[in-house]
Amino acid sequence: MAEIKIRQVAKQYGSTHALHSIDLEIADQEFLVLLGASGCGKTTLLRIVAGLETATSGEVWIGDKRVDKLPPRDRNIAMVFQNYAVFPHLTVFENIAFGLRMAKLPQTEVDRRVTRTAELMHIEALLKRYSGQLSGGQRQRVAVARALAMEPEVLLMDEPLSNLDALLRMEMRAELKTVLAESKTTTIYVTHDQVEAMSMADRIAIMNKGEIVQASSAVEVYRNPAAHFVGSFIGNPPMNFLDATSAGEGVWNVAGVQLKGPVSTQKKLQFGIRPEDIIVHQEGSAEAMGDRPSMVATVRVLEPLGSHLLASCRIGDEILRVVLDSDAPVKPGDELRWSPAPDRIRWFDPASELAVA
Amino acid sequence: MYPKSLPYLLLLPATLFLVLFFLYPFTLVAWQAFTTDTGDFTGEFFQEMATHWKFNTAMLNTFLLVLAVVPFQMVLALYMATLVNGMTRGRDFILYIWTIPLGISDLAAGLIWLAIFEQSGFLNSMLHGLGVIEQPVGFLGYQNKGTIFLAIVLAETWRATAIVLVILVSGMGLIPKEYAEAAEVFGASRWQRFIRVTLPMLKPSLQTAMILRVILAFEVFAVVVALGGTNLPVLMSEVFTWQYELRDANVAAAYALVILAISIACTLVIMWALRVPKGARV
Ligand SMILES: Nc1ncnc2c1ncn2[C@@H]1O[C@H](COP(=O)(O)OP(=O)(O)O)[C@@H](O)[C@H]1O
Ligand SMILES: [Mg+2]
Repeated sequence: MAEIKIRQVAKQYGSTHALHSIDLEIADQEFLVLLGASGCGKTTLLRIVAGLETATSGEVWIGDKRVDKLPPRDRNIAMVFQNYAVFPHLTVFENIAFGLRMAKLPQTEVDRRVTRTAELMHIEALLKRYSGQLSGGQRQRVAVARALAMEPEVLLMDEPLSNLDALLRMEMRAELKTVLAESKTTTIYVTHDQVEAMSMADRIAIMNKGEIVQASSAVEVYRNPAAHFVGSFIGNPPMNFLDATSAGEGVWNVAGVQLKGPVSTQKKLQFGIRPEDIIVHQEGSAEAMGDRPSMVATVRVLEPLGSHLLASCRIGDEILRVVLDSDAPVKPGDELRWSPAPDRIRWFDPASELAVA
Repeated sequence: MYPKSLPYLLLLPATLFLVLFFLYPFTLVAWQAFTTDTGDFTGEFFQEMATHWKFNTAMLNTFLLVLAVVPFQMVLALYMATLVNGMTRGRDFILYIWTIPLGISDLAAGLIWLAIFEQSGFLNSMLHGLGVIEQPVGFLGYQNKGTIFLAIVLAETWRATAIVLVILVSGMGLIPKEYAEAAEVFGASRWQRFIRVTLPMLKPSLQTAMILRVILAFEVFAVVVALGGTNLPVLMSEVFTWQYELRDANVAAAYALVILAISIACTLVIMWALRVPKGARV
């Protein structure tokens, strides 16, 4: 059993706050992805869990042991580094065996584990080579094999795929997911790539400026962003936001149309809708219009992306991105009549930037 | 793009310089060691050198000095480099202090240590002042070969450890921090990290430092003469003696060639012992 508890962990470098008070629990065998833009504190948090960095305050628990004062080797963790850190002076075999040798395992056990993990990562043919004779992808595999060979309770990975090219990254993503599902470790995986995060994670913790903004499943963070930041960070293109002004209790004025919304004492809110949750009403077709209020947006730029057509439109001086069918008959300058799918509308408080129910 | 011949052209002045001022005199020395005045090939100068009563002593003293000084220096410099590398503050300051001896010539270094060890030197005054001794001790007298040797080892260590330190500090700086961290995560203690990661990755720097030090240690001269006069003959002081006191340039040349041969042999051994396998380079 190795659940990880991070309690009120903060980290300061001089006067910069790399991490504000972080609270996070990761269940036994869970695959948690820390997702956030570069510089938001992901690596710092991971290194604090690893013991390579000491927190300014707060506690870290692995299983029922408090570990924040323990050196890394007493934490029963293994780690995959961003630049792999595959030792150049050791062969692939000795790299994978490194931790096992430190743990003084008998040679037969070392052989067994190295062989098994090398097979798992498809590098059994490379065992006699040095790191200098490997490609980036192969080095990456060695780094993962070295971590898996430890059969650790906790596996920490810092952007392990970020140095690979796009195609290889996609391949490794799927492969890692299968391998890790079988290994039954609790994993914290750091990435700045939302597709990687969504495709691999049991749960995604989204970080911004040293804070965890939301920690939920991929669908949940996508559908129900807990904050403006999450909506604008997750999704490509991101969520659309339009200003909303109060027009009576529970009624909000968005782009000249009145919509039902949350009851709030605020005068202003932000209305949020995903580009694919916008229903466009074809000119002249009564179908789907019903008695729904519809807004007008002017098409500015069209991007035919194959699977769909992305239209960037303007409403006053606000921008609205709409996902259209690939062969939708629109051209720049056209006026689109649209309405939001009612159950997909989200509201945000412009002051706190948090979602409003 | 520049023409393919450009690098060679740019190397030409340095090459000419080396040929003129190194290769040419070297050939002359070698010629002198192997030929008589009439130009006939001979081994008699080597024979004369080897059968002289001071030859074995000089050889033994030189080897003992190299064996005492170089390993001690390497270990000391490694330890100092590790300390410097682990520092976050005051690192440059400490490094400047420790490398001061680099700026002092070997003769001056010898004289500094002479001022410490001689009959009326610091050490005697201090010991006398503390009441440890009644009479000044002749640490460097001809009957005290052991203390002369020790003083030379001290002076040489003091003088020439800094260059090793500088090489090792820069070498350690080139090793990415991630390797030590990976080793730490995978269970290596501080000592294991040093032995299993830092040392092997430092091989190229160790190689350079060691070759440099071993060659210079076989050529030790000024410090030995300053502290020991003629009481502790070494190879290089014998070259000097044959050339200027015994006025036999041929034997002096033979000596010079022997020193060169030893240096080359040591260099090859060190290069082999600290070689990095192909593909294992960073
Ligand atoms: N050793 C350090 N000294 C000073 N500031 C640091 C140090 N490490 C990280 N930081 C700062 O902490 C913040 C978070 O960094 P990091 O955790 O590396 O972000 P991420 O991994 O999300 O890109 C950044 O602003 C970075 O500049
Ligand atoms: Mg990072």
